Amino acid sequence: MVAIRTRPLLIGLTALLVLVALATLTTGPVEMSYRQVLTLLLRPDSQDTGTLIIWQIRLPRLLLAIQVGALLALCGTLIQGLFRNPLAEPGLIGVSSGATLMVVIVLVLLANLPSYLPPGLRPFLLPTVAFVGGVVATRLVMLIGRGANHSPLRLILAGVAFNLMAGAGIGLCAYLSTNEQLRTLTFWSLGSFSAAHWTATAITAAVLVVVATFAFRQYRPLNALLLGESECRHLGFDVPRLQRRIIYLSAAGVGAAVAFTGIIGFIGLVVPHIVRLLVGPDHRKVIPLSMVMGALLMLGADWLAKVVLSPAELPVGIVTSLLGGPFFIYLIHRQRSTLT
Amino acid sequence: MTLAAHQLSLGLSRGQKTLDRVSIELKPGEILALVGQNGAGKSTLLKALSGELSPQDGEVRLMDRPLPDWPDYLRARLLAVLPQQHNLSFEFLVEDVVALGRYPHQTGRKHDDQLVEQALVLCDLQELRRRTINEVSGGERQRVHLARVLVQIWEAQPEGHRFLLLDEPTTGLDLHHQQALFQSIRTLANRGAGILLVVHDLNLAARHADRVVVLHQGRAVVCGKPNDVLTTETIAQYFELKVSVQPHPLHNCPLIISH
Repeated sequence: MVAIRTRPLLIGLTALLVLVALATLTTGPVEMSYRQVLTLLLRPDSQDTGTLIIWQIRLPRLLLAIQVGALLALCGTLIQGLFRNPLAEPGLIGVSSGATLMVVIVLVLLANLPSYLPPGLRPFLLPTVAFVGGVVATRLVMLIGRGANHSPLRLILAGVAFNLMAGAGIGLCAYLSTNEQLRTLTFWSLGSFSAAHWTATAITAAVLVVVATFAFRQYRPLNALLLGESECRHLGFDVPRLQRRIIYLSAAGVGAAVAFTGIIGFIGLVVPHIVRLLVGPDHRKVIPLSMVMGALLMLGADWLAKVVLSPAELPVGIVTSLLGGPFFIYLIHRQRSTLT
Repeated sequence: MTLAAHQLSLGLSRGQKTLDRVSIELKPGEILALVGQNGAGKSTLLKALSGELSPQDGEVRLMDRPLPDWPDYLRARLLAVLPQQHNLSFEFLVEDVVALGRYPHQTGRKHDDQLVEQALVLCDLQELRRRTINEVSGGERQRVHLARVLVQIWEAQPEGHRFLLLDEPTTGLDLHHQQALFQSIRTLANRGAGILLVVHDLNLAARHADRVVVLHQGRAVVCGKPNDVLTTETIAQYFELKVSVQPHPLHNCPLIISH
């Protein structure tokens, strides 16, 4: 642990986030200067192309990337705390694939479902089913990975098993889908922000505010839980209720993220790790810092996804997996002694 | 005004009783040692007394009120538990781990810091306070968690008397720190807390406990002052061990010498 002061770090990261956000707004198939971007930001009602690009394409995408990054990092923090294991991550233990499976089932097998819903409710359909999928997945993995002192190996294996099953389900849906549906499916499984729109941004923002507020208020029991379930109980917290809350909060967070962007891996693993290395495991510090750093990393990854093959773009999930995979290998290497 | 188990029965596996109609009473201000062979049910009794395991028969009462009726946060102000093993894999600082013991209380940061400071001094941890929990040895870690539970019930509470349950707290401690451990829990007992500890070394029980309970095959078979309980016959019967028992040359307690 390096023991950096929390407040300056938080301010510094936030400032950096604003700078990177501005830089992201200037990048894209249409080149813009910072001055142009700033003036366009002040004219949301104008009808010229520049305004449309900024206000209808780049700004929603920017905000969605920030929110999804913050959400995934926050959910990673929560899930690692729940399993008392720094190797747990929504993607690895199956929350993301559970959510994705549900989304894919709705998209392919129940393609007519949205038309039965009132138009006002349609945008909420995918986040809701993703949430349900996430809750079921976490519950299942907790059940399988239980006992044996929460050994990481057992947990990861349970996640692998669940990911395989969800993968089979997603594969089956892909096999049954039409050409057009197949394109959408590919988009889900790789993760991308390119379809961002204001409704998605608004829903994700609401979920982020709710999840972050509730999670932060639980920082004491979350810290106590790191000692162990019975120790947490001896410190006066209702452990089963706490665990239920964490599961629902993280499933809601991952659900919202997955519903609009598909699977984006490793943010939830890498970010809390780096934050703990910097300030220690106290959730009072880790929760806000993870959110800012998650947003920053996600924005960076999205920027990379846009510029590497410009004017074409990579799905951002590929970028995060490319960066996160090696980091995960490094973590396994570091934890070799505790894995068995 | 005690922590009392009344006719407690509990089976961990089907058809087998780990605890069989155990009744014990822990009074404020006393140190009660729980001794017995491996598998006698000592840890299970401790878990039942802390409410972690619910008995199939009988009940545990804290201050005359059934334990499950206590709200979690109030119970935690009166009853602290030091488990046998610690598996904290996240790198908290030593002083932060101790401070976790103040979570059940709402006494303010400043006051809590003072208590944490006292506990660090009492458990001889000032030098290690800025180290992470993974950077200290097993015995030192044991002391860190002891400091954590001490700070949890350090002050008298309006709700009632305080109780501390310790599961083999001397494991991994060197002789000096074993002494220090008993000194600090004696200090706590003198401040009005009742203390129950599981211990394997009968001489430690004889020397430091006010009363000793022998647990044998899930039953509390003997209970009383060390001089009355720790006799050649009792030890032969319940520990399958041949010993001589003499008066301690320095203290008023038995000295047990195995053959």
